[in-house]
Amino acid sequence: MADLCSLTLKEAIEAAKKDGPGPLIDAFAKRAQAVNPKLNAFLRFDPSKIENGKGAPLYGVPISIKDNICIDGREVTCASKILEKHVPPYNATVIEKLKTAGATLFSQCNMDEFAFGSSCETSAFGPCKNPWDLMRVPGGSSGGSAASVAADMTVAALGSDTGGSIRQPAALCGVVGVKPTYGRVSRYGLIAFGSSFDQIGPFAKTVEDAAILMNIISGHDPKDSTSSPEKMPDLTQALKRDVKGLKIGLPKEYFIEGIDPEVEKSVRAAAEIYKKLGAEIKQVSLPHTEHSVAVYYIVAVAEASSNLGRFDGVEYGLRVPTKDLREMYFETRDRGFGREAKRRILLGTFVLSAGYYEAYYLKGQKVRTLIRQDFEKAFKEVDVILSPTSPTPAFKIGEKAADPIAMYLSDIFTIPANLAGIPAMSVPCGFTSGGLPIGLQLMARPFDEATMLRAAYSFEQETGIYKKKPKLD
Amino acid sequence: MEFDIKKVAELARLNLKPEEQAKLEKDLSAILDYVKKLEKLDTSKVEPTSHVLDMENVFRADEVKPSDAADKALKHAPQADGRFFKVPKIVQRD
Repeated sequence: MADLCSLTLKEAIEAAKKDGPGPLIDAFAKRAQAVNPKLNAFLRFDPSKIENGKGAPLYGVPISIKDNICIDGREVTCASKILEKHVPPYNATVIEKLKTAGATLFSQCNMDEFAFGSSCETSAFGPCKNPWDLMRVPGGSSGGSAASVAADMTVAALGSDTGGSIRQPAALCGVVGVKPTYGRVSRYGLIAFGSSFDQIGPFAKTVEDAAILMNIISGHDPKDSTSSPEKMPDLTQALKRDVKGLKIGLPKEYFIEGIDPEVEKSVRAAAEIYKKLGAEIKQVSLPHTEHSVAVYYIVAVAEASSNLGRFDGVEYGLRVPTKDLREMYFETRDRGFGREAKRRILLGTFVLSAGYYEAYYLKGQKVRTLIRQDFEKAFKEVDVILSPTSPTPAFKIGEKAADPIAMYLSDIFTIPANLAGIPAMSVPCGFTSGGLPIGLQLMARPFDEATMLRAAYSFEQETGIYKKKPKLD
Repeated sequence: MEFDIKKVAELARLNLKPEEQAKLEKDLSAILDYVKKLEKLDTSKVEPTSHVLDMENVFRADEVKPSDAADKALKHAPQADGRFFKVPKIVQRD
């Protein structure tokens, strides 16, 4: 039965068509029960009834969901005590779309609390572990989604990406992760962190699988006012092994001191492969890259502190009983939020407060413009930008937990795409000598996921790196 | 960077445990020192980006549609009374 769990989404769709989804669900249920105690990738495991039968594009295949996406009638926690036992009264739009496509909503995945983190260590329900090395983090914040796909506990998964939360864990776990263009996928029903950055996207074993899921979850949604009316092409049609004449940029600011030498070597080797395949490799400059982390930790935390104002014990989630209302707010938020959530709420509150707004928040928004302009200029010269996804492979659990700035810097290559709103993805490109996966990041022009996926597909099919699996048994 | 954590915590409606206050204060000062490097950039002629999409004022028709979300929300509320969320007293009488 282990074979069924190693199927790609494409293969699983065929298997379910042939034999019905029963054997598939049973195999994954068994696998998840055996492996989850080691990884803590799933917070809750409760396969939904399949609503659409034979003929539906994802008929019965198990897709897992990051625990910040609302499913009607099922507990959602954001891996926070403040939302423990909260049952949302509606489905996120991506959930409606998956149900219409016939998917089984399989498990709800562990994450950093409210998606605040790059290691899955801030989860109130214990850290998730990396299937390639149980002493190491799976990355974050969508660590559970990435780890469960890597460990064959689910065929594919959804995560969310505010500053790298899909791509960085995809890189650290050796799977494909796509952050769509801002506005491509509806945010309705995604519990908000940074509303001008957040995007839902797929985790999958192959680029083709990611394209299949992108086709299903994307599109304009009247329920999300930031959802774009831009037409969505069929992305599976874009998957051709052809990068001849494609202009690929290597940003010089992304190959800096502090980057792990094995990561750099692997990504440079990937550029050579593209060259061999007929792509044109050019150096480009994104001069404001070094400021991205600072901008992000002003603007995104400002949005977060505002979004998290709603967790006050009144309407849902935790309430600490007190004698008056004011005290209830303070007590509930003290006991409900973990340390990283508090850190970001305080920071966001500060940068928005009277006297500091202009020096921090407004300044951050202005530098955000400079970073966007860097990309606009670069994309006049190249079609795709190639870089490492993360400066290092998976780090040890606890290694960066005490130093927030060191942790924040692990997102330095992923944050710029969120600041600019452009599509970006991570695709496996190799392994360190110690056997840890390395990810390659591809970024493209707004709404040009097709070119990005074609570039990723060409590399993946050429190298076949995705076929290697972690040993967990 | 000077940082009055008590005042900010008050604004954010957060009680902080005394043992976590010192660590948070230290972390936040370090982060604010780190983001200070943006000051070096001249942004006097740069427009701020609040949003990356070229869209404004997205409206939809204000139509009544059936929904059971209110009933479900009240069912899972910490405390409800009929059609209302119930909260502790807002003003205490001395």
